[in-house]
Amino acid sequence: MARDLEAYLRSDVKSTPFCPGCGHGILMNAILRAIDDLHLPMEKMLFVSGIGCAAWIPSPNFNADTLHTLHGRAIAFATGAKMFNPELKVVVISGDGDLTSIGGNHLIHAARRDIDLTVICANNMIYGMTGGQVASTTPLGASTATSVEGNIYRPFDLCKLVQAAGASYVARYSVTQVVSLKEAIKKAMSTKGFTFVEVLSPCPTQYGRRNRFDAPTDMLKTLMESCIPVEEVERLSGEALKEKIVTGEFIHG
Amino acid sequence: MNIHEIESLLPAGSYYFSGNEAATEGAIAAGCRYYGGYPITPSSEIMERIAVRLKEVGGVFMQMEDEIGSICSVIGAVWAGAKAMTATSGPGFSLMQEAIGYAAFTETPLVIVDVQRAGPGTGQATRVGSGDHMQAKWGSHGDYQVIALSPWSVQEMYDQAIEAFNLAEQYRVPVFLMAEEAVGHLRERMDVRPRVKVLNRIKKKGAPPFGTPDDDGVPPMPSFGEGENLLVTGSTHNDVGIRKTDDGKAHEKLVIRINNKILKHRESIIQNEAYYLDDADVVVISYGFTARSALFAVERLHKEGKKVGLLRLKTIWPFAERVIREVGKKARKIVVPEMNRGQIAGEILKYAECEVLSYCQTDGEIIHPHKIMEQVRSLL
Repeated sequence: MARDLEAYLRSDVKSTPFCPGCGHGILMNAILRAIDDLHLPMEKMLFVSGIGCAAWIPSPNFNADTLHTLHGRAIAFATGAKMFNPELKVVVISGDGDLTSIGGNHLIHAARRDIDLTVICANNMIYGMTGGQVASTTPLGASTATSVEGNIYRPFDLCKLVQAAGASYVARYSVTQVVSLKEAIKKAMSTKGFTFVEVLSPCPTQYGRRNRFDAPTDMLKTLMESCIPVEEVERLSGEALKEKIVTGEFIHG
Repeated sequence: MNIHEIESLLPAGSYYFSGNEAATEGAIAAGCRYYGGYPITPSSEIMERIAVRLKEVGGVFMQMEDEIGSICSVIGAVWAGAKAMTATSGPGFSLMQEAIGYAAFTETPLVIVDVQRAGPGTGQATRVGSGDHMQAKWGSHGDYQVIALSPWSVQEMYDQAIEAFNLAEQYRVPVFLMAEEAVGHLRERMDVRPRVKVLNRIKKKGAPPFGTPDDDGVPPMPSFGEGENLLVTGSTHNDVGIRKTDDGKAHEKLVIRINNKILKHRESIIQNEAYYLDDADVVVISYGFTARSALFAVERLHKEGKKVGLLRLKTIWPFAERVIREVGKKARKIVVPEMNRGQIAGEILKYAECEVLSYCQTDGEIIHPHKIMEQVRSLL
């Protein structure tokens, strides 16, 4: 973490808990830079997370109030805190399995109600902390601990899901697109209502090693090549789009 | 302790309320300003009334997407500074259990009104049962304590709702008002007193929110937004909230404290009522709505000159071990009528040295006084 952001971190936290090659450190950096750019006062911020690797981005690292909750329930906890004290700036940071599988019901209902929350979903497309099981976001055919011969079920398009539920701002970027990612988080945090940023974050430890990525850099390279801006979608045929991940802003607020 | 006498928001006097309405008014009187809930029979009237009442008193009401969302939003609101509650019945209470363990472990004060119906499963949604007492005690995984109260009247739905909030704040613990359908839907007169005793959260700037020097201590509790940089986690944590998930000593210390802070204060928490116990040969031990039938039966038999007494448990958890031991030493027999298959009779068996007889009824009806009289007569 760059020294100019040290004030945003607890002084007794010396290192992040993430594996080598994990994208969550880059996401953590982007979140804090967004807060720094917006001059948001940390004493009025509340970071809520569920269970899983991404839930450890704010807790215990961020120098603010943090609420590390139950698996899947971060948004429900955040709803109670925000509704009772609207002065709090509430940001939910958690993983794909947490927010969209076990916690999927809370996600769509908070979006439907347009509760004034920012939800940042770190999507590594797998259950990382529990050992690499298939997730509701795992691509078709991907090998995991519980889909060794390849995942046979279609993954969620999280942005479409949240968009359909009524969110006020929806964007997707990869940790390889750091500047756009930071700007999207800034927009999400400064848009009133339910805002959602899906962040593609590689997991070399659980996903990469099961899917022929020999080094973490291979995963990052593939991620970079797979991402196409939403503006370019129309130029590509259905077949060419299949392997691509569409990034950009889907709802502008 | 941070105790205040405040003026009742509801004008003092007599009211003709249902139990569910009374519990709602008790909660508002105690300072409840957040409610997260989900519809379920036979508790829904609480949610319907509190939605209106919270608007009137400047509180927040949220109808959530399910009972899990309800209890989790309540915990979030409590850490944001609210006194908060939810109400439910068996199936919803089951769904809330994981979060109840979270609340116990993070020492989050909150109140749940469980208006019990006939279970298990969906059971008989509109009919009475009293089968959630063991779930109240043991429903979430791990070792923790809660406080559970058992109201027998509309008046007590009001009084115990206030008491539930005060106990929750005093011990930083989830408190359950274990109502039964029969008392939730009962309508009778109750009195609102001009002043209400309420206990407010104790705050101490900079003090660790999850530890005290005493192994039965209750730490002060700050809220979000007060500049305390709070670390709240359901994982094992030290006194400031840093996760200690592979430190055996930290885990044991925390688990022992959250148990002891209730168990070591049980004598000041537990309340019960004794009727004709001094020379009783047969003692009926009862609680909740059934205690109304039990009292009727015991009074009749007493008038006939029979040596029969009644012990009414107003607190179910922590359990009244000491009193049960004393009763068990003097009485020849104890009878326990319950609208379940003997949940509390089993507890009494642990502590009473005399014979303990369980009288169970699980047909979705209240236990008639004549049935209790019949049962007691057969033992005299």
